Amino acid sequence: MTDTELTKAPGSHIPDTVANAAATPDREQPYGALGLKEDEYLQIREILGRRPTSGELAMYSVMWSEHCSYKSSKMYLRQFGQKVNDEMKKNLMVGMGENAGVVDVGGGWAVTFKGESHNHPSYIEPFQGAATGVGGIVRDIISMGARPVAVLDQLRFGAFDAPDTERVVHGVVSGISFYANCLGLPNIGGETIFDPVYQGNPLVNVTSVGVLRHEDLHLANAKGAGNKVVLFGARTGGDGIGGASILASDTFSSGGPTKRPAVQVGDPFAEKVLIECCLELFRDELVEGIQDLGAAGISCATSELASNGDGGMFIELDKVLLRDPTLTAEEILMSESQERMMAVVRPDKLDAFLAVVRKWDVETSVLGEVTDTGRLVINWHGEEIVNVEPRTVAVDGPVYERPVAYPSWIDELQGDSAAGLPRPEEGDDVRGQFLRLLSSPNLADKSWITNQYDTYVLGNTALSFPDDGGMIRVDEESGLGFAIATDANGRYCQLDPAQGARLALAEAYRNVAVTGATPVAVTDCLNFGSPENPEVMWQFSQTVEALSDACLEMEIPVTGGNVSFYNQTGTQPIHPTPVVGVLGVIDDVAQRIPSGWQDEGDNLYLLGTTSLELDGSAWAGTIHEHLGGRPPRVSLAGEKQLAALLRAGASESLIGSAHDLSDGGLGQALAEAVLRFGVGARVWLDEIVERDGVDVATALFSESTGRVIVSVPREDDVKFRGLCEGRGYPVARIGVTDKESASLEVQGVFTVGLEELRAAHRGTLPARFGATIAE
Amino acid sequence: MRIGVVTFPGSLDDRDAQRAVRLAGGEPVALWHGSHDLDGVEAIILPGGFSYGDYLRAGAIASLSPIMTEVVDAANKGMPVLGICNGFQMLAEARLIPGAHTRNAHQQFIRRDQRLRVENAATDWTTGFTQGQEITIPLKNADGRFIADDETIKRIEGEGQVAFRYVGVNPNGSFDDIAGVSNERGNVVGLMPHPEHATEPGFGPDTPAAMSSGVDGLTFFTSVIQKALVK
Repeated sequence: MTDTELTKAPGSHIPDTVANAAATPDREQPYGALGLKEDEYLQIREILGRRPTSGELAMYSVMWSEHCSYKSSKMYLRQFGQKVNDEMKKNLMVGMGENAGVVDVGGGWAVTFKGESHNHPSYIEPFQGAATGVGGIVRDIISMGARPVAVLDQLRFGAFDAPDTERVVHGVVSGISFYANCLGLPNIGGETIFDPVYQGNPLVNVTSVGVLRHEDLHLANAKGAGNKVVLFGARTGGDGIGGASILASDTFSSGGPTKRPAVQVGDPFAEKVLIECCLELFRDELVEGIQDLGAAGISCATSELASNGDGGMFIELDKVLLRDPTLTAEEILMSESQERMMAVVRPDKLDAFLAVVRKWDVETSVLGEVTDTGRLVINWHGEEIVNVEPRTVAVDGPVYERPVAYPSWIDELQGDSAAGLPRPEEGDDVRGQFLRLLSSPNLADKSWITNQYDTYVLGNTALSFPDDGGMIRVDEESGLGFAIATDANGRYCQLDPAQGARLALAEAYRNVAVTGATPVAVTDCLNFGSPENPEVMWQFSQTVEALSDACLEMEIPVTGGNVSFYNQTGTQPIHPTPVVGVLGVIDDVAQRIPSGWQDEGDNLYLLGTTSLELDGSAWAGTIHEHLGGRPPRVSLAGEKQLAALLRAGASESLIGSAHDLSDGGLGQALAEAVLRFGVGARVWLDEIVERDGVDVATALFSESTGRVIVSVPREDDVKFRGLCEGRGYPVARIGVTDKESASLEVQGVFTVGLEELRAAHRGTLPARFGATIAE
Repeated sequence: MRIGVVTFPGSLDDRDAQRAVRLAGGEPVALWHGSHDLDGVEAIILPGGFSYGDYLRAGAIASLSPIMTEVVDAANKGMPVLGICNGFQMLAEARLIPGAHTRNAHQQFIRRDQRLRVENAATDWTTGFTQGQEITIPLKNADGRFIADDETIKRIEGEGQVAFRYVGVNPNGSFDDIAGVSNERGNVVGLMPHPEHATEPGFGPDTPAAMSSGVDGLTFFTSVIQKALVK
C-alpha cells in the first residue's frame, strides 16, 4: 500500500462527506501516515467540532506540515519583521509573508526576489527535483505581477569523490539548466560547494528575481463575493502528492517506502507559456489576483486565497481538469503537479480572461467563486467534502516552541583552533599549497556547471559568473539595474551559527558592493537539520537572531525567504546553511565593475586589514582536513564603510576591477582576478606583512573580512588614494597588472605562469564529471 | 526597413532579436505564429528558444505553424529570412535549407562565446562581412549538431551554401564544423549561434579590448538593411 492510498475512504472512491464525517465520529483516520502528530489531529477535531473528512484531513496534513506552516520556525522568524527602522521601510513595497518581497528601485520600477529550497526532491530524483525547484520559485515571482528576469542557484553536494555525488551533480545541474534555459531566464550567479555533510542531503536552493512597474504590483487574495475562481495551466496529475508533508518535512531513513511518487515532474514549456499568459492577464487588468500552485497544491491555493481575502470560497473539485481520471478527491487536493495557477476573476471579465488563456493554448476550468460565508466549502460531484474556516488551514496552524539545547560538542570544537596548524614558510611550499587550494573542488573553476546555463537571453545581463555578483539592466533607457549575490559558509556556521549568519550577510553584501551597486534588501534560505533535535533548534535560533540583528545594523530589510528543516540522514544533521541573498541597485549598469583586471599597468590595492584568521578556512579544510576554532571576526559598520567607498569609486569610474576576498583568502582572489581576463600581475606582500604583523602564509590564506582587491588605472591613482584616505579605510598598494609576464608573481615567494594557473583552476571539475568544450 | 520577428509559444530570444533590429537601424515588427499576416515586412527573423518545448524534434511543430506557410512562400519569392538557433531548426524542418539537427555530441546544453569564420559573405545577411572574416558570436543550445547526408554536404560545400564554420573548437559535433547554412539563392540563412546577442556594447561577448564589448552580430542586421536600401 502506498502512502497516498491511505487517504482514500475505505473500500471505494466514494468520498467521505461532511455529513458522513459527522455521522461516523469514531472512524479511524490515517493521520500518522500523512505526517500529522496525534495532538495535531486532535486539534483539527476540536476546530471542526467533529472528525475531519478524508479531504479535510488531506488539506490540514499538507498545510500544517513544517514546509507549509513554518510551525517550528514561526516564533523566530517574527524577528525579521520586528527589527526594522524607517530607513529599512523606505524602499520596501511588500515585505515578509507574501509570495515574494518587493523593493522600489527608483524610476517607477520595482524588483521582487526570493530564494527557495528544493532539497529533498533533488536527492531522490535530482533532475526533476532541481527542475521543479526553478519552476516553483519563478511562479512565486509571476504571482506578484512581475516578469521573471533572472535565476541563481546555490548548490551543495556530498564529497567530491563519493560515487553517488556524480549522479546528483549531473541530475541537478542538467535539471536547472533544462528548466531555466527553456524558460528563457539567464542564470547569473550562485555557488557550488562539496562537503561530506551533504552526502545524503544535497541542498538545491534557487533564487529568482522579477521586475515590474509600481502600478503592476499584485497581491494574491480572493476578494469580492461572486468573483470566479479559475484554475489554469497544466492538468492535475498524481505527481508530488504529499511532497510538502511526507517528503520535505521528514528525514530520510533507510528501509522506508519509496518517496519517489512525492517528487513533481516539470514541463518548462508549459511554464513559459504560463508566464506570458499571466503577464498579459495582468497587463489587460483581467484578474483580481493570481496565486501560484506549489507546495500543497489546491489545498494551499484555495485556503490562502480565501484567508487573504473576504474569507469565503466555494469550489467544485470535480471541475478540475485531470491528467489521470482515476485520481480521488483527496489526491487532487494534495497533488503538487507543476505549472498551475489559480486566478480570481470578476464575472464581467471572465470572457476576456478566457480569450487570453485560449490565445496561449492554456487549459482552464472555472472551479467556483468567492463567497462571504467565511467558510471554504469544497464539493465533489455535488456532495460536500470540505467545510472549514480557511484561516484554520492556512494561517492559524500549530506553532511550536521546540526545545533548544546548547550543543554538547561545540565548546570542544571551538577550542580546536587552526592557528596551531603548521603554516608553510618556504616559497615552494607556499606555492604548492596555493595551487592545491586553487584546484580544490570548492575553489576550482565552476564553468563545467555554469557553461550549461544561458546567461545571454533577455539581453540585459551586465554581469554573471565568474563575477562576484550578477547584474541585470532593468531600464534600457536609463541603464538602471540591480545586482544580486548569495552566500553561506556552512563550515563557519557549524563553528558558530550566529557568527556564520553575520558572515554570510557580510559576504553577500560585499559581493554586491564590489559590482558598484548599493545593497538594499535581503532574502534568505535557511537550511537546517531536524527541528526535533534541540541542538539544531539552538543553531536555528542563533542564526535568526544574529541575522535579524545584523540586517538592522546594516539597515537592509529581509523581504522574504524560506526555511528547510529535516536536512539530515539518520541522526547526523547538515552544517547549518543559511543562504543569504543581497539585492543591490545601480543607477546605470554601464558603471559596473568586473572581478578581474583587463588593462596593462593598473595599480593593485588591497582594502582592509589581515589577521591570523584561519579557523574554518578553506586552507584549514583543504590542507589539513581541519574544522575547528572560531570563524573570522566581522565589523558590519566596516562593511558599510567599504561598500560606500566602492560605490564612490564606481560612480567616478576610478575602479577598473574589484574582487571580494573570502574562501581561500588573498591568494585565491588574486588567481581569480588574473584568470578573469587572462592578464597577469606582479604582487608584493611586504607592506601587509609589516603593517598587519602576519606571516606570508597568513597574508595569502587568511579569511579576514572587510577586504577587497581593486585595480586602478594609473591616471586615477591619486584620486583613488585620496578617496581611501578621506574615508579612513585601510589601503595598501600590493602590485601592478602585467600583461607581458603572463603570470602571477608574488615577489620573493613564488611565480605561477598563466597556463599552469589556468590548468590548476579549470581542470578539477572536468576531470571528475566529464570534459568541457573549450579551446 | 520593417523586419518581422515571429513569436512562437516557447520563443525566448524574440525580444532580443527585435532589439538587435532596432540597434541596426531597422524597425522591428512582432509577428504571431498563429496568424497568416506578415504585416508588410520586408525581412523575417525566426528567433531562438524552445518552441513547443522541443516536443517531437526541435523546430518540428513550429515549422507547421500557420505563419510558416507565409514565411515559406515569401522566402521562395526572395524575401530575406534569418533563422537563429531554434529558428535554424525550423528552417531545416520546413526544408527551406538543407540538413537537420540532433542532440549535441556531448549530450549537454552549452553556452559559450564561439569563434566563427564567415564562409560566404554574399548572402542577404552577410554582405557586411568580408569573405573569411573571423567573428565571435554567443552560442547556446542543446540540439545544435548540424548533420546531412554525404551528398548534401558535398553539394552545399560546393555551392557555397556553408555560410559559417566553427573556428577553434567544434562545440556540438556538427559535420564539417558547419555553424550556419543558406539556401541556394542566399536569401535564407540559418545558424546556431545568436548574432542578436552580439549587437550592444556592454551585453555582448568579451573582446581583447573590453568586457562584453563584442558587436560582431550587428553586421547580420545592417547587411540586410543595407541591401534593401541599395535595391
